[in-house]
Amino acid sequence: MLNVSLSPHVHSGNSTQKCMGQVLVGLSLALLWSFWQFGLGAVVVTVSSVAFCVLFEFLITRFLMNEKTRLDDLSAVVTGVLLAFNVPSNLPIWIIAIGALVAIGVGKMAFGGIGANIFNPALVGRVFLLIAYPVQMTTWPVEAGYADVATGATPLALFKMGNYEALPDALDMLIGQTGGAMGEISALALLIGGIYMLVRKTITWHIPVAVLVSAFVFAFAFYGCPKLALMQLLSGGMILGAFFMATDYVSSPMNSRGQLLYGVMIGFLTIVIRRFGAYPEGMSFAILIMNAFTPLINKYVKPQRFGVAKK
Amino acid sequence: MKTFKLGGVHPAANKLSDKAPIELAAVPSLVAIPMAQNLGAPSKAVVAKGDKVKVGTVIGEPGGFLSSFIHSSVSGTVEKVDFVEDATGRRVPAVFIKVEGDEWEESIDRSKDIVKEIKLEKQEIIDRVKACGIVGMGGATFPTQVKLAPPPTAKPECVIINAVECEPYLTSDHSLMLAHPEEILIGVQILEKAMGVKKAYVGIEANKPDAIKLMTETAKKGFPEIEIVPLQLKYPQGGEKQLINAVIGKEVPSGGLPIMTGALVQNVGTAFVVYEAVQKNKPLIERIVTVTGKSVKKPSNFQARIGVPIQQLIEAAGGLPEDTGKVISGGPMMGKAMPDTNSYMVKGCSGILIMKNEEARRRDASPCIKCGKCVHACPMGLQPNFLSRYSELGMLAEAEEERIYDCIECGSCMFTCPANRPLLDWIRQGKPKVMGILRQRAADAKAKADAERAAAEAARKAKEAEAEAAEHHAKTEETHADVNEHLMKQSGPMPEDAAKK
Repeated sequence: MLNVSLSPHVHSGNSTQKCMGQVLVGLSLALLWSFWQFGLGAVVVTVSSVAFCVLFEFLITRFLMNEKTRLDDLSAVVTGVLLAFNVPSNLPIWIIAIGALVAIGVGKMAFGGIGANIFNPALVGRVFLLIAYPVQMTTWPVEAGYADVATGATPLALFKMGNYEALPDALDMLIGQTGGAMGEISALALLIGGIYMLVRKTITWHIPVAVLVSAFVFAFAFYGCPKLALMQLLSGGMILGAFFMATDYVSSPMNSRGQLLYGVMIGFLTIVIRRFGAYPEGMSFAILIMNAFTPLINKYVKPQRFGVAKK
Repeated sequence: MKTFKLGGVHPAANKLSDKAPIELAAVPSLVAIPMAQNLGAPSKAVVAKGDKVKVGTVIGEPGGFLSSFIHSSVSGTVEKVDFVEDATGRRVPAVFIKVEGDEWEESIDRSKDIVKEIKLEKQEIIDRVKACGIVGMGGATFPTQVKLAPPPTAKPECVIINAVECEPYLTSDHSLMLAHPEEILIGVQILEKAMGVKKAYVGIEANKPDAIKLMTETAKKGFPEIEIVPLQLKYPQGGEKQLINAVIGKEVPSGGLPIMTGALVQNVGTAFVVYEAVQKNKPLIERIVTVTGKSVKKPSNFQARIGVPIQQLIEAAGGLPEDTGKVISGGPMMGKAMPDTNSYMVKGCSGILIMKNEEARRRDASPCIKCGKCVHACPMGLQPNFLSRYSELGMLAEAEEERIYDCIECGSCMFTCPANRPLLDWIRQGKPKVMGILRQRAADAKAKADAERAAAEAARKAKEAEAEAAEHHAKTEETHADVNEHLMKQSGPMPEDAAKK
């Protein structure tokens, strides 16, 4: 008996699991750097964050939704790593567990699981923690260790205080020898990971390039100095956000034009929040705000059509 | 290197038979020639049981404007006219011929000489193409004589030959170019003459460097107006709209005919059979077909007569492997899966692809992760994720707004989908419904316009009649008044008037 189905009869072999795997590979260099920079703390935070995310997704799909679990698509692992990347490396484990529960439970499963969520789950978790536990979430260790480590101001905090002279060297910021959230510090490692994802076609260039170009332009406009604008790109979650958070498939627009608009707006909002807002960092908020606009962008921004003259 | 502007994917080429020379497939003892081999109306059988036919004898006549002649591909006796199942399992009438010898119609020039001089004039070429039953050989089987007579508003500027063969596995066009480059180029010149144009392009994808080289060298010897255009490897470059875009940079307007860009696209196989028809008076009775697949012992290119059992071609390539899960007529991206191997060779069959069990199964679909890969892959700039969802939910107005009617069903979206969603299956459900609505709307609009015109006409007529009547009336009144006046003058005041006074 022959199999009969409609064309196409071949498939690229791509899968959700492979896409998520590529994101993890992209993140791995920055992860290793944070292990090197922050030592045991980073390992503890990452492992517990991933473990809690996977556990909560399993429990919720299995016992609350009574559905087949989809842990093999690795999306919970990605959420776990991204959540870990956004927190200080000395964050207590119980706070991480709460973050993971909010990220997976509220950010993802409440909407119906993978593909249905409106907001980036890791950012939902992160912002929840930032608001609920502001002290623990903004005490940045600057050296290896888990407990009782020296803490210091991050470059963004210095920006906020207007203390531009105290900013670390741009090269240090690029490589990641500054204080900050675990996975955010090494712009270089994140850039390499981002380029890997571009080469593997996991993501397209539209969102990261739009975010970075727009952030640079507006930073230059608001700070009036190209060097400071460049420092803005290298500090905080800018690179992590542009390549790994804003490009989250589910919560970002689907066609190139929409992605460009979305990226430009994220860059703009980030700099506005950093410059004029109460928080030193605006990337998470900017991405979440634009996540909310994604359905609208998908509805009104149409892709370039073939054979249709421009109006 | 040139290519089309939007979307596209890169399926593994798997051209297993690209080194296999063309082999002559044996003529079997019985052929069945289906009477529905072309796009449009099926042909009408004009032979009956017991009739003697030769190779090239007409056995089917066009069943309408968009239809074709069908010729016997063998000599022998008509055994019966009966139904057969075609490659998709549809029942179509076919002429069964018991083969006796191999006698050809005398009018066919069977010599191997290449005839360069094109003696026929424009209309004679079109008539010959029709008489020889030529259809598009790329798989769509559009009757060629119809395509060569575009609407008078079209202004043909060039001929584009589709030698892209972007479907994985297939090598029939490739092997044809290696075997008959000069005949193909003469065929191109015939097409130019038929269209009254002086420029032609042959688009070939870069994964056929030997064909590009040979065709370029051949074109240098006496075909100055034919340009061989190597194209960057990308599916679906062989789509008519994509090919025009890749070669001359123009876009076929949505809903319009490709000829509106000034380009007439013909498959390279069509150019070859046009050469044979016009220069050799040979009807379309055979074609090159690739029999291939990863499990096939001997992936081959056969020159096979129309009506040969598919089974026989598979046998000639080493037989149907044990673990066969799917047999496809055509390529893996747009070909049709056959329910069995009992069908017969037709004009549009460019390949028979045999897939193993594990290749033949689709993986389970998982939830859409909104990655947008289908949107980036779509060569028409559509959003397949939305189209599929709208079709699934019956949201036809939204599907129309998202231009579902522009879909060329190339399958790039489904090929690329990481969640393995059956995007094109759903789009295929919604597209004809939306097309139906569009047609109905156009028909309604026309009917309304006609009715309004008729009403306006009637109103105009009524008005005219009224005006005429009024005029007549006025005239009559005038006459009456005249008469009255006259009478009054004659008779003086009326008696009542006098009485009043």
